[in-house]
Parts: sequence; C-alpha cells; structure tokens
Amino acid sequence: MALRKVKGNLERMFDKNLTDLVRGIRNNKETESKYISQCMEEIKTELRQDNLAVKANAVAKLTYLQMLGYDISWAGFNIIEVMSSPKFTYKRIGYLSASQCFHQDTEVLMLTTNMIRKDLNSHNMYDSGTALTGLACFISGDLARDLANDVMTLLTSTKPYLRKKAVLLLYKVFLKFPEALRPAFPRLKEKLEDPDPGVQSAAVNVICELARKNPKNYLSLAPVFFKLMTSSTNNWMLIKIIKLFGALTPLEPRLGKKLIEPLTNLIHSTSAMSLLYECINTVIAVLISISSGMPNHNASIQLCVQKLRILIEDSDQNLKYLGLLAMSKILKTHPKSVQAHKDLVLQCLDDKDESIRLRALDLLYGMVTKKTVMEIVRRLMTHMDRAEGTMYRDELLQKIILICSQNNFQYITNFEWYVSVLVELCRMEGTQHGGLIASQLMDVAIRVVAVREFTVGQMALLLDNAHVIVGPAAARSSIAEVLYAAAWICGEFSQLLANPKATLESMVRGKVVSLPGHIQAIYVHNMLKLYAHIIATAEEEDDSEMIEEVTNLLLERLPVFVSSGDLEVQERASCIVHIVTYVQKCHKHGDKVGADLALLMTGELNPVAPKAQKKVPLPDGLDLDAWINDPPSESEEEEDDALEKEIFVKADSSYKHRKEKYEPSEEELQKLRDARRAEQASNPYYVKSSALSSPRPNHNSIQVDEIPVTAIDLNVSLKIPGMTSLDKYQVVDGWQDGGKKRHKKQKKRSKRKGQVSSSSEEEINRMHVVNTDIGEMPEGAHLSDDYEIDDRPEDDPHRALDINLDEPLSPNEVLPTRTHYEAHAQRKIESNNEAKLIPSEIPLKMKTRNKKERKEKKEKTKKVKKEEKKVKKKPSRDANLILDLIDPLKETVISDKVPVAANHINGIADAKNKEKTSDDLDFWLSKELSQTPESCMDGTTKTASPSTPSSSKDDSKSKKTKTKKEKKAKKEKDRDKPEKKLKKNEKEIDTLSRNRDEYEETNGTVTQEVEEKLAVPEPQPYSRLLAEDSHIRIVYSTAAMDGVMSEILVCIKFISQSSKPISKLQLILPDSSALKMIRTPGKLVFETGYRLFPPKEMGMAVFQRKQRQPDPQSELVNLPWSLDPGESKETQLSFTAEDVTIPHKLRGSLSYIQDGSSSSSDISLRLEFPVTTFLSGKTASRATFTDLLSSGQLSARSSFTLPNCPWSFPEVLEELTLGGSLAVVECVDQTASLYGRSLHGHHVCLLVKYQASHHLTIDGKSTEGILLSNALDHLKTTLMQKQ
Amino acid sequence: MMCRRQLSECQHLRCSSLDTPPTMIKAILVFNNHGKPRLTKFYQYFNEEMQQQIIKETFQLVSKRDDNVCNFLEGGSLIGGADYKLIYRHYATLYFVFCVDSSESELGILDLIQVFVETLDKCFENVCELDLIFHVDKVHYILNELVMGGMVLETNMTEIITRIEDQNKLEKQEGPYNSASTSSLKAGLAAAPARAVSAVKNMNLPQQIKDIKLPDLPAAIKDLKF
Repeated sequence: MALRKVKGNLERMFDKNLTDLVRGIRNNKETESKYISQCMEEIKTELRQDNLAVKANAVAKLTYLQMLGYDISWAGFNIIEVMSSPKFTYKRIGYLSASQCFHQDTEVLMLTTNMIRKDLNSHNMYDSGTALTGLACFISGDLARDLANDVMTLLTSTKPYLRKKAVLLLYKVFLKFPEALRPAFPRLKEKLEDPDPGVQSAAVNVICELARKNPKNYLSLAPVFFKLMTSSTNNWMLIKIIKLFGALTPLEPRLGKKLIEPLTNLIHSTSAMSLLYECINTVIAVLISISSGMPNHNASIQLCVQKLRILIEDSDQNLKYLGLLAMSKILKTHPKSVQAHKDLVLQCLDDKDESIRLRALDLLYGMVTKKTVMEIVRRLMTHMDRAEGTMYRDELLQKIILICSQNNFQYITNFEWYVSVLVELCRMEGTQHGGLIASQLMDVAIRVVAVREFTVGQMALLLDNAHVIVGPAAARSSIAEVLYAAAWICGEFSQLLANPKATLESMVRGKVVSLPGHIQAIYVHNMLKLYAHIIATAEEEDDSEMIEEVTNLLLERLPVFVSSGDLEVQERASCIVHIVTYVQKCHKHGDKVGADLALLMTGELNPVAPKAQKKVPLPDGLDLDAWINDPPSESEEEEDDALEKEIFVKADSSYKHRKEKYEPSEEELQKLRDARRAEQASNPYYVKSSALSSPRPNHNSIQVDEIPVTAIDLNVSLKIPGMTSLDKYQVVDGWQDGGKKRHKKQKKRSKRKGQVSSSSEEEINRMHVVNTDIGEMPEGAHLSDDYEIDDRPEDDPHRALDINLDEPLSPNEVLPTRTHYEAHAQRKIESNNEAKLIPSEIPLKMKTRNKKERKEKKEKTKKVKKEEKKVKKKPSRDANLILDLIDPLKETVISDKVPVAANHINGIADAKNKEKTSDDLDFWLSKELSQTPESCMDGTTKTASPSTPSSSKDDSKSKKTKTKKEKKAKKEKDRDKPEKKLKKNEKEIDTLSRNRDEYEETNGTVTQEVEEKLAVPEPQPYSRLLAEDSHIRIVYSTAAMDGVMSEILVCIKFISQSSKPISKLQLILPDSSALKMIRTPGKLVFETGYRLFPPKEMGMAVFQRKQRQPDPQSELVNLPWSLDPGESKETQLSFTAEDVTIPHKLRGSLSYIQDGSSSSSDISLRLEFPVTTFLSGKTASRATFTDLLSSGQLSARSSFTLPNCPWSFPEVLEELTLGGSLAVVECVDQTASLYGRSLHGHHVCLLVKYQASHHLTIDGKSTEGILLSNALDHLKTTLMQKQ
Repeated sequence: MMCRRQLSECQHLRCSSLDTPPTMIKAILVFNNHGKPRLTKFYQYFNEEMQQQIIKETFQLVSKRDDNVCNFLEGGSLIGGADYKLIYRHYATLYFVFCVDSSESELGILDLIQVFVETLDKCFENVCELDLIFHVDKVHYILNELVMGGMVLETNMTEIITRIEDQNKLEKQEGPYNSASTSSLKAGLAAAPARAVSAVKNMNLPQQIKDIKLPDLPAAIKDLKF
C-alpha cells in the first residue's frame, strides 16, 4: 500500500503544475502546438486518476489552455468533479474552469443542480460566493428554474457579500426563467432599501437593467428611484438611476418635468464628470420627450450645450468624445442650439483621433444649412483625399451623401454641383458605397428634371471613361455600381444625349463582360433603348448610313452577351439580337420602324411609395388562402409547393422590374398604356407626370413656379474627359449669394406664406426642382406606420421579461421547489418546508400591508374627528368641507372606487390593487406642494384609502373586540373620503406650477418650505399640539428622514383661530447643545473629478453638505406669508441630533402681528423629540427581522407591562406605529412584532402581546440599551396618558 | 446604406452567439502589446475559435491607436454591434479592454479598469505582465470580485481586497491537508534548484516514469502474510 502511495507521489512530483505549463510553453515558442498537444495527453492521464488534487491541477491547466484557444469542453465531467470537491481551493478551480468553458447548452450542466444547490447553501460564505459567481456565467434555463428558490433564500442572508451576489444573479435567473420575475420582484424591490450600499447598488443595477428593456412595467417604481436619486451618495448608483430615468421619461412626460429640476441642480453642482455627463444625457432625453410645454426648457438646453462645449474643449480626448456623442443627441430635436457650435465641430473634424472625427461627422449631418452645405461638403472632400484607411474614407463618403440627400435634398440649391460631387466621389478608390452613389445619381436624374440633361452628359462621360473607374483596384470595391446608374440614365434619357452613337459605342466596347451580371444586364437593355432612339432620329433624317452602322455594331457585339453565363444577360441579349435583326430586315424592305421601336420604351417613370405594394387593398371576394383548384393529393404536395413558390417569385420580380424587363408585344403595350391612361385620368390620387400640373396639394413639394429656375451658363469645361471639377461651384455660390439674393427676399417671403418649409428663413434660391412626392399609392391607402413592430430580435430574452409587475401575485405564482430529485430524506423535508413557506409568506405580507393602511386610515379619521370638533365650535369656518361632504356627485365618484370586500378576506388582493398602484404613480407625479415629506416617501399608504372600508370590514370579521369607538371612526372615514378625492383633483390641477418646490422638499434640502394650504386642513399623521392661544393654534409632527443624512423633519402647521389676518410670523428656535436646525438649502456636492472614487476610498464618493457659518440671525425663522382667518399653513424644518438615544426638547417662541394691532404677540413653544422620533421602520421585512434576532446583535433587553390597558389591540398597534414610528413586521392574533431603526442605525425590536384581560406586555430588544429604555418609557407614558 | 452595414453585422453576431443573453459587460480582455492574451473573460458564449478571432480583431483595432487618443472605440464587428463599445486602457505592456453596452457609463468603466489594475497592483505588489502570465487564475479570482456575470459587482477597492485576502487565507488553511501531494513534496525538494526540477519536468520524464512498468506490487504483496 505504502509503495503505491510513494509511486503516486513520485509521479505527481513530476506532474506539471500551471506554472510549469506556462513556463514550458514559453520555452517552446517554436514548437508550441506540439508541446501543448503533449501536455494535453498528460492532462488526460492526470484526469483519469482518482486523486482530486491531481485532477484539480489538470483542470487548472486546462483553463489556461482554453484561453489560448483550445477546446476543453471534453473535460466537462472532470470539471464538475473538481467543482464538487469539499475543499475551497479545488472548488474554486473547478468553478473558474466551468465559468470559462460552460454555457447554457452544455449538457453536463444538468448533473450539477444538486451540487450547486449544496454550495449555495454552504456554511462557508466563500463557497456560496464562488457558486454564485460561477452560476452567473453558465446558468441555463433548467438551473435557473431549479435554483431560483435557493438564490431567493440568499437574498435574506445576513452577509451583505452574499446578498449582493444573489441580487445580481437574480437578473440572470429572470432572463432564463422569466416566470421567476413576478414572485421574486417584491423581494428584489426590498433590496433597494438594503442597509448595505453594495446590495442596494446591485439591486439598482438589476432593476435598471430590467427596466431599460421593458420600461413601461417599471414606471411605478419611479418614486422609489426618485427618492434614491435625491438621497444617494454613491455615484455608481446615481449614474444607473439617472440612466434609468432616461429610459422611463419617454413613457411618462410628467416624470420628465419632475426630473428636470434636480438634474439641472446636479449638473450645476457636481464635479464628477461621469455623473455630469449622465445627467446631461438624461436631461436631453427628458427634453426630447417633452419637447413642448416646458416654458424654460430652452434654458436647460442651453445649459446642456454649454456644459458639453466645455467637455468638447477639454484636452481629455475621452471627454471630447463623449461631449460630441451627447451633442448629437441634442441635434435631433434642437438643431439650432447645436449649430451655434459649428466652429467647434469643424475643429474636431481635424482631430487626430478617428473616433472623434467620426463623432464630429455625425454632428455635421445636422448642422448643414443651405448656406453651409457646399462649404461643409468641400471640407469633407478634402478630408477624404487626405484620409488614410478605407474605413474612414467610406464613412466620409457616406456622410457626404447623407448630408446632401437628407429630407429630399432639402439643403441642396444647386443640383449641378451635387451631381459633380457625386461624379467626383466615383473616383474614390476602394469604396464600398458604389451602390449608394449610384442610387443617388439615379435619384437626382429622375427627380430633378432641370438638371437631367447635365446629369446625362456626365453619365455619358462616365461610361466613356469606364476603364478609369473600374481599374485594377475595383475588385474589392463596389464602385462598378455607378456604371449601372450611368448606363441606365443614358438609356432612359437617351433623347438628351449629345451624341447617342458615341455613347452606344462606349457601352459596347471595353471590358463590359468583366462587370457583374446585373450591371451587364442593364448595359444590354439600355443599348436597346439607345438603339431605338438612334434609329428613330436617323429615320427622320433619312440617315441610312447611321442606321446601318449602328445595327451592325450591335449585331457584332451582342453575341458576346448572348453567351454570357448570367441568365439575365443572356436572355436580354438574345431578345435584343432578335429585335435588331428584325429591324434590319424591315429596313431592307424600306420600312420605317423607328417610331414603333421607340414605343417599347416610352412611358413615364413615377415614384412608387415604399409601402405601396403592401397597401394594395384586397379586392372583395378574394381569399388568398382558398385553393384555386382542388387541393392536390398528399403525395404530390411537396412538388406542388416548390412549383408554387417558383411561380410566385417569378410573378413578383416581373412586377417589380416591369419597367426594365417586361417586354410585351406592341399591341399589348398599346392596350396597357391606354388602360393606364384611362385609369390615371379617373384616379384623383394619381400623380401626373409633370410636377408642374400636380393636382394634389402636396405639402412636401416645393411649388415650382415660386422657385426661379436659373439657367446656368454651361461652360465647355464640363465636357472635359475625366469629369467635372467642383471648383467652379464656389464661384457660382458666391455669385448667387451676392447678386440676386436681396431683391428676391421680399418676393419670397410673401409667397412662402403658409408653406411648410423647414428652411423658410434660409434665403438661398433653389436652382432646381426636386420631385419630392411620396410616391404612388393604392387608392385609399395611407402612408403610415400602422404596424408597430417590436424591433427586438425574436430570440431576445428580454421579450419574455415583458411582464406586468404591478399586478398582485396570485397564490399559485411561486418559485418552483423541486422535491422529487432529492437524495436525502432530510433535504426533502427541508424543501417541503420551503414550498410551504413561500405561498404563506406572500399573503402574510399583504396582510401586514393592509393593516398598515388601515392604521393610517384610522389615524386620519381621528384627525378628522378633531377637526369636526372645531367645526362645531366655529360652524362658519369649515362650510366648504360640509358642502363637499354632501355633494352627491362627488359621492358617486367615490363609490366607484370602493372595491369588493370579499376579495380581501384571503389576503389576495384583487385587480383594484393594480388600479391603486397606478394611482400611486399618478399621485406621486402630480403631488402637490403641501405634501409632507413622509407622505411623499410612501405615497402608497396615502392613496390606499379607497380600499380601506372594505378591509376594515374584513377586520371586523376577524377581530371580535370591536368597540363602538371604531364604528364611529368608520363613519367618519366615509365622510372623509369625498374630501380627499376633491383634494386630490385640485392637487393635480395645481401641480405644474409647483413642481419645483416639491422637489426640494423631497430632497430634504430646503429648510423653510412655505406653502399654501387648501382651506380644508389635511389629516396629518400624528400631529401634536405645540402651542395654542386665542388667535393661533400650532400643531407639529415629526418624521425621521431615513437615508437623508440623519435628519428629522418637523412639520409645523399654523392654524388661524383669529378673525383677522395674522402676519409677520417669526419663529425663534435657538439650537440646543444636542439638537441643531439645518438652515442652508444644501447643495449636493460631489467631490471627485470624473473619477468616481477618490483615490483612497474607492466606491463612495464623498457627499458633502455645505454648512453655512452660523450667523446671529440664525435662530430666527421668518415665515414669508400671512394667515388669513380660518386659514392654515405649514412650514417644515429639519434638525439633526447628535445623540439619538435620549429624548430632546427645544424651546423657542413664535411672534406674530395681528392685523389692526400694532404690537406683536408672543407664544412660547416647546418642541419635544422623544426617542421614537428618531426611529423609522421603513426597511422592515420579516427576513431581516429574523436575521437580526438570530444574529445576537441585540444585546439590550427591556420590557414593561400594563395590567389594565383600556385600549384594544389595534389601537395599541396604531399608537406604536404612528406615535412610535415603528413598523409592524408580523402580526398574529393579538401578538405583533415591530421593528424600528434609529437614524444612527440602532435596531429596535419589540414584541407586543395583548391578552384578553387587557393585559399588555411589551418586550424590547435593541442594539442600544439607552435608546431602548428611553423608547419604552416614552411608549409607556403615552399609553398610560390616554388611560 | 448605413443600416445595411449594421444589419449584416447584427446578423453576423446572431449566428455566432448561441442566443446567450446580452450582458452589460460582454467581455473583458487583457492582452499584451503583441496581442498575446493574458486574460479573457467572455460573459456571452463564443466558441474557442471565435474567441481567438475576437481577441485578434480587438487587438488590431486597439493597437493601431495612439496613446493620446480617446479610450472608446466603435466598430468591432465580431463582438458587439451597434449597441456595444470597446473601452480600453493601455498600461505599459498590457491592454485592458472591456466590451460594454450602452447601459454602462463610459467614464465609469474607465474607472472600473483603473480599480481593477490598482487592485492587481495591491495583490501582486507592483504588478507586471509576468504576474498575469503565471497567475492568471488569481487574476480571474480578483476579477470575479469586481464583475459578476457581466455586471459590476463591487467598486470599492478595500472591500475587494478584503474578500480576496479572506479567500486566500482560506486556501492557505486548507493547504497542509490537501496539497500534501505537491507542496509538501516540493518543500522537501526545495533544496534542489528550481531550474533543475523544471528542466527535468520539461524532459517529459513523468510520462516516461509512468510508462515504466513496475511489477504489479500490490497484488504480490496481498498474498504475503507477515
């Protein structure tokens, strides 16, 4: 035995490890592949051994070889063996190898499910971490389905490291297993508020990515993200969120309006270039989406453009590049603002960096005007001459053509110039855009009648010099395509040729046969056209010599084409040969056939709209699916199919190319022509051949008679072989500018009235007319995009993720848990538990939420009750309210909203919930200034009110201890509703003007927010009386702004009880040693440069709040409004506390002047901050709660008992949640657990037990003893007080 | 026109990548000034041949650029397409190239590369190309702490380094047990000059030793009774 071991060890000693392999490869540079194949053999033997260490070593080597391009998938099974090793070292090697070479279709993956599950649930954090990382690389649909549940469990891990990875992995799970999205989404959403910034950032990452692909499903998350955006300190996350908003704004313009303000603020304040850049990008997106209706969006655009200019002028090439990139986005909607920076763009065109030049080119596209187009194109052409590398040159060429041809040649005033440009472009070597030039040439020749003759002349020259164009370098380029255009133009417009015979000769000579087939075909066909023209003119002049010459020429040259390998060429050539011989025969008999021959080719060319073919309406009674003949028998089907296809293809192509190919006999032609004319005459939609007499009022076309067609003095130099040069056009341009421009100005202005022309302010004359008709369309059809096409490819996994997330979960929507594959009995139980847990968990969550809502509601009711008392005292004051309450119309509006109660019983929400969530968003978007920040943050609870009556009914069923008090409260609630509804409407109306302030409010940055209140006081969450005298009553409420720099926000409401207006209100609140008021509207300052991280501590950009120096007046808060009788107004102040474990008090006073009295009155105030003020229960979830309890962090304990509590259990809970700012985590019967987190991160957990005999016990656990005891003391006193 | 070109690229892409989901970071490549790959990480599946082509193409695109031009590049036809960009940095002899889509911030990725390199520098103490050549596995482990499945996982360098050190510690703890095979034996042989050992190894001795047929000892021994 020992010997064997020694043998093994000895062998292994000589095994190569990874280092040896690498060294070996480096030492065998010449014989590398041989060496590696030798190593592969060794690895194979190593893999056959039992020792895992040897295998791991082998797999490590394989991973390296994979990088060098060797396929190692054959070792898949061994890799899995190594992955399953209990030792982290080997496991890591295995997972690395798997992540490098496995992919979703790897078959061995199906063996890994249980192993990976084991690793995910491992005690060792890094085992699970490795598994998560690996899984992210090779997850397959099956793995995603089977492991989704385990990944979900990891979301609630106590270790942020695992939570973070699990969150990211979820994205991959969703992609492969879209069914997981809905059940998992609530938990994922929770992670947005995870205490660990890394996890939070990961969650943002995932949701942003999901939302980017299917934005509409994530609109409802906008408030959450908005909150994160205004409170986050992590630039990475901010960038993601800002990018996400960029994707959301096109769907919801209101969101854009809301965003513009904080984004511009960020643009102003941030010094992190990356953040600045993304902000600009999103602002641009916003501005595009709300291009109208924003009064001052010009200012924003200007700001963006200015900042971008700074970027572009920066010496850093990266910033320059990005600046140009963003600029091109603005260009689409606001070309004017960008055009101002033309100098900069042209400068960038000379940059040494190709990426930057390309970006600058993009910009140029939108910058041209009629005035500048010639200059810009000239510059581009000089660049093209200088450019090395065909890629950039091609790009330039393409851009030139794009610039010139955009919007139906909108900017071209001189088409001779443009044709010359195109001809010049033909001389570019090795271009791939021959087809593009060709189509432009044809386009111009067909549509611009005035320049046709010139074009034809140029084309004739091109044909004559074909050998120059199709030089030896042409093999790799597509420049020969221009000959296609040249031949066609010369043929089609042969009557304009100066010397048709010469052109015909140039077409038949030379190396035409070496051209591509389709070009040859065009050549051949156009020879016929030329021939027909020559014959016709020659017959008129009785030039029989010419006829003979031309006929012989063709008969001599055409046989070459007849024997062509290309079918099309062959067919056409032989057809033409026959026609020519026939003509020859006729001439021998002395017959004149010229006119008849010409008839073959006559007929107008009209543009056909791009979609015309599709739009041809189906005639009545035509069923394309019906069999024309009896269906053939089964056996023949296949053949028939093939046959049928062929027929269709043929028919189709002949239709398309009728102009060129279809050559019916003359009688037929004549008939067709007559029919067509008749049809044209009767068809009002038909565009008549001459644009001049177009009967259709065409908004697109420029009226011909308004544009003077200047006849250009064609100088002889054009005829120089080797084509025209562009130089003369600079002169022409100048002449035009200087000479005729002025006196035409007035004339034009008057004429252009009402004409849609985007360049109406440009006063350059168009020399030529472009036919810009859309094209022929079937009768009654419209050119519209009535097919909305999802442009994502069929197999895009994001298509499957287009899932509505607002709909509540149904009980059967749970993550699958597999039970039957399990090997061990124990595991079986475990997973069974899991399966049970999930469905029960979701309704439970719902329940607690409903309860929360209910509580909130009750609270409001109480408030209303208070108000009601006041109403009784002063009936005149709240007349409005009463009026509203009895308004029957509004009553009905509300009743629509009351959902069916029954559905709530099981905790499964019905469709109304969906309505609610969309309501939430609407509400959030249209929220009025008067909202207190806490209600901004969870708007959910606020608007949930319509569903409350039903849920409280449900409540009444389940809870037997229903007091009369509650019943009464319910009545109040019903009365409360109309008022609410009305308010909401009003809010929506009011929104636009107030958005700005609202922002700052949510931001928590503005301390003295002054706002108007509606006449009816809104129910405030848990307001306490601050002070009261005969004139004024002041109440306040506090809220911990969790996440916003540990602030406490205090809402103070002033209610006038005087009959006279009260003015000059002034609060004096000196800071105490431990409690300070924040006075400056802080600006968010990001400290770093465009680096996201400061050099030392990466990741967290420093987030600073500028603190103003304390000045003597600082304790004064002047309220810039006055109170009218019966009015109430609010202000908000933020405070920070150094120690949140002890209660604080703040003394101060309010002075005011009542109208009429000369002296001011004072009331002293005492703001109390019990410790519960500093608590917030927002991040409470059952999972983190249990984690907390089991983690042993909660060292401090305390408890109290109230033996004779007069309150019902719900009331106690209400008191705790609203007065104590705690959140209910779980509530079973008469027991509840609550959670709260202090601003400084201390946890407080309470267990409330309520026994039938009004015996109340509250047990508390916390990380901070003083905090806990103070909190419990406070709760005890409040509960006692009410007694 | 332009569309035609892009379309053909897209199609090219579609057939080459077995419809693996698009990720935000599609690939991370590290190669030296001669185009030799030092680290390749593809978050979208390509077969090995394709991977090598991509590396070659990327190298050709990147290497012909001056050092003082911008760090963004479009036009990789094999990897990417319209939505994807190459973002790279050049350090001494190495190019670090990230292929990312439009959901990532360009400047952010540049910073991420910087973090990656700084982390390498800390972990290897003055990192140089040789470290990457001989410890490509370790480089992978470091990268795995930064980027996971094509998504940015962590950007905080101290956090990253803590995680890596933790894992290295874990590996060391396991060391004595498992790698008794190689490492302890190696330690025993430490006296022998490393060069000599590797020379022996390169002679392909192992194979020869393995080929030596020892008498089937165990069977013989089994019969012996002491």
